Amino acid sequence: MFGFLKSKNGAHERPVDAQGRHAVIDIRRVAKVYKMGDIEVHALRGVDVQIYEGDFISIMGPSGSGKSTLMNILGCLDQPSQGEYYLDGENVSKLSEGDLARVRNKKIGFVFQSFNLLKRTSALRQVELPLIYGGAGGRAKRAAAALESVGLGNRLDHLPSELSGGQQQRVAIARALVNEPAMILADEPTGNLDSRSGSEVMQIFQRLNREQGITVVFVTHDPWIARHTRRIIMLRDGLVIADREIAHPLVAGEAERPSEADEMETLFKETYYGGKKDEYN
Amino acid sequence: MGRGVEDFIASEFEGLGSNLLFVFSSPPESETRVTIQPISTNEVDDLLNPRIAPSIGTIATETIVGAQLVGPQGSAQVAISGVSANYGEVRARPVLPGGAFISQGDVDAAARVVLLGTTVVETLFGDKSYNPVGEDIRVNNRSFTVIGVLEEQESGGLGILDDANNVVFAPITTVQTRLSQARTRDGGYRVDVMHVQAVNEESMDAAALEIETYLNDAHGIEFQGEQDFSIINQADLLTSLGQITGVLTIFLSMIAGISLLVGGIGIMNIMLVSVTERTREIGLRKAVGARFGDVLGQFLIESVVLSLVGGILGIMLGWLASVIGELAVPTLTLTLTSDAVILATGVSAFVGIFFGLYPAVRAARMKPIDALRFE
Ligand SMILES: Nc1ncnc2c1ncn2[C@@H]1O[C@H](COP(=O)(O)OP(=O)(O)OP(=O)(O)O)[C@@H](O)[C@H]1O
Ligand SMILES: [Mg+2]
Repeated sequence: MFGFLKSKNGAHERPVDAQGRHAVIDIRRVAKVYKMGDIEVHALRGVDVQIYEGDFISIMGPSGSGKSTLMNILGCLDQPSQGEYYLDGENVSKLSEGDLARVRNKKIGFVFQSFNLLKRTSALRQVELPLIYGGAGGRAKRAAAALESVGLGNRLDHLPSELSGGQQQRVAIARALVNEPAMILADEPTGNLDSRSGSEVMQIFQRLNREQGITVVFVTHDPWIARHTRRIIMLRDGLVIADREIAHPLVAGEAERPSEADEMETLFKETYYGGKKDEYN
Repeated sequence: MGRGVEDFIASEFEGLGSNLLFVFSSPPESETRVTIQPISTNEVDDLLNPRIAPSIGTIATETIVGAQLVGPQGSAQVAISGVSANYGEVRARPVLPGGAFISQGDVDAAARVVLLGTTVVETLFGDKSYNPVGEDIRVNNRSFTVIGVLEEQESGGLGILDDANNVVFAPITTVQTRLSQARTRDGGYRVDVMHVQAVNEESMDAAALEIETYLNDAHGIEFQGEQDFSIINQADLLTSLGQITGVLTIFLSMIAGISLLVGGIGIMNIMLVSVTERTREIGLRKAVGARFGDVLGQFLIESVVLSLVGGILGIMLGWLASVIGELAVPTLTLTLTSDAVILATGVSAFVGIFFGLYPAVRAARMKPIDALRFE
């Protein structure tokens, strides 16, 4: 009945998974080529990934495998050289800058490894930023609620320089979720944090995913952090080489962190696809 | 400011009295004549004859001589102007109550009387507001009676910076016979300045021509360059001064223009540095949904605020300068008009937008991913 609507998006059928969930992210044969003078770097060579509502996913792979490139495309910060990207059913691979800004504002919350907070700006003002650009009302109240939900209700007026690394990253998470986006994307969100702060961040992600059903996708090099998610996507040389469900995800804050080697062994077994161990990080 | 000076100078000259011609001896331009034949009282009498110069109404005459004045409280070396009785009206110099201007009787009798300007009163009697009428002072060691004090004048005369109150008037005959030996070859007395009032404003040029023709003949002058006198029209003075102040205004405007350009480039530079330093911030803002216009607006507002702060500082400095200027030259009224304030504010806002536009566009055009990756 609504076929004519779908045909506007290039006859795109929105994928549905076994549990009947719709795809939030649906990328088809996405490639990214960086041109540096005469040299072409093929960062992505045709990636197909579907991510469904409420998924909790980590992306792993050796350095230079294209994880950040993929995340930037998923976050609409960059556009693919080839292929299609359907976000919530909307083809965003051909959108104008202005429309991409709207998509970033309304549908995506991005968390960076280096926090990217504004200097000399209070936590509350940082979190209000997406609301300002989205033209939303009741900003202070909503921003305060978002900070409350990441456990920083008593730090509203603090400047980034007055917060610990973990607290700064939690401000960044509050900023990412204040607009109630369809998903949160995070590129190595725990990369700059010690394991305790990293565990706190994981607890927040797990809770947001479990209680509010927010789709969370993040990049990590840490196998133990990755085992807190429900699905791991492995990249190598710009291609997806494995995409595995984790049978028993860890619950952040409950399990003790084992030794690095044990951890790697567990993850290797759990997601074995035939490759070598050193391809994980 | 340029306009203030212009108004000031124009009003200065209106104080001279209307439809006046100044005629005075001056060295000839041509080398074929080197002598100056002074204007004599006989020539003045001839010019007052309507058959010779029908366009001339009255002539006030003036002969100037330096003299030593001694009063009870001090002494002064001043130039005494010997003037005819009609000088007071022609040059509009009223006398304070209790005194009187030099009368025709004083002139006829070459009376030993003087009129003093307030500055001279202060020097000789110790107090500017002292009334010395009726008292005697010594001029070149002879006793003279003070018959009046001239009303204080803001400034005046041809020299703008001269003190119009540092003057002494005496009957012209007194100066010619008692204070100097100002005889001329034709048996008259020397006259330094003729203040000629034409019968009406339209006759100014005719009067000037009549004077020129007569004096050329009387002084035996054959070429223009040999003329040993000058005739100056008050209106001419005003136009040439208008040109000077016009040049002043253009000059000030050029300085203002150059300052604006330099300031504008300064603002552009500051904004470019600021945009570069804040590249990651711009990237972050775009990542959370800022559009082209949002970033453009942010940086434009910043540069406008920057230049407005500069403009307001400039207005405050200008106000300070006008206050200091008025203290230094009390006769000058320098006002900071609301026009100037509005103009300065508007221009600095414009400079902010104009020179802030390029940096702001550069910021707004950045791709989020490039800006975020910037180190
Ligand atoms: N802006 C760029 N210009 C040129 N080449 C780039 C650019 N960004 C990434 N690349 C190249 O693309 C490839 C993939 O880079 P990417 O940053 O996606 O790797 P990554 O998986 O995130 O690595 P890491 O784990 O070290 O963060 C690399 O070979 C990198 O050199
Ligand atoms: Mg990376």
